[in-house]
Amino acid sequence: MKHVAVTQEEIDVRHLIEWVQDRNCGAVCTFMGTVREFTHGKRTLYLEYEAYQEMAEKMMEKIGDEVLEKFQCTKIAAVHRVGRLDIGEVAVAIAVSAPHRKDAFQGCRYAIDRIKEFVPIWKKEYGEDGSYWVGCNC
Amino acid sequence: MIKLQTKVKVLCFAGLGEAIGKCVEIPVDSEISVSELRERLISTYPEHERSIRSCMIAVNHEYVTQETAIKTGDQIALIPPVSGG
Repeated sequence: MKHVAVTQEEIDVRHLIEWVQDRNCGAVCTFMGTVREFTHGKRTLYLEYEAYQEMAEKMMEKIGDEVLEKFQCTKIAAVHRVGRLDIGEVAVAIAVSAPHRKDAFQGCRYAIDRIKEFVPIWKKEYGEDGSYWVGCNC
Repeated sequence: MIKLQTKVKVLCFAGLGEAIGKCVEIPVDSEISVSELRERLISTYPEHERSIRSCMIAVNHEYVTQETAIKTGDQIALIPPVSGG
């Protein structure tokens, strides 16, 4: 089972954990991506995330299916936030349940790696010297 | 394949969306593939060639190859290198 979303709302990580918990699972693994203040000595003030909403949700559904197919995972919940995020806020959260911990760790790791690789979401970093789109030649 | 003298709408995101607009219309005068559409975009926005070339192209919410043919009513998007997470 999977639950994915791209949302403007604050992410309720506890809700994701409760959603994946299962009486036949002995492991729940979570990942949170949070807004970092300093990167290589440069201060970030805040981030703005933009998504191609429909495609991003579709790609996250696909990643959820991949996790359930490739690993012995039972449930996955993954939510990415968009809009303005301040330092320390949760930009992305993933919870994966599995009968055994190895699969939960692998599934969770796989999910965040795939999200960062190809889900159409972009961040614009606002710093003390101005703003720029991260990783983008534009 | 699309008909003669029609327009294709292309969604743009991130820095490219800010630079050229979040939805641009490209007139096309014949059947067109994804790679031909990319060349049309570059000739319309030559100053953004580098960023247009760095994009993946999605048709109907799926990444596609250069050879994919564009059909009437397809939702086309230029996807700059992603940076979520």
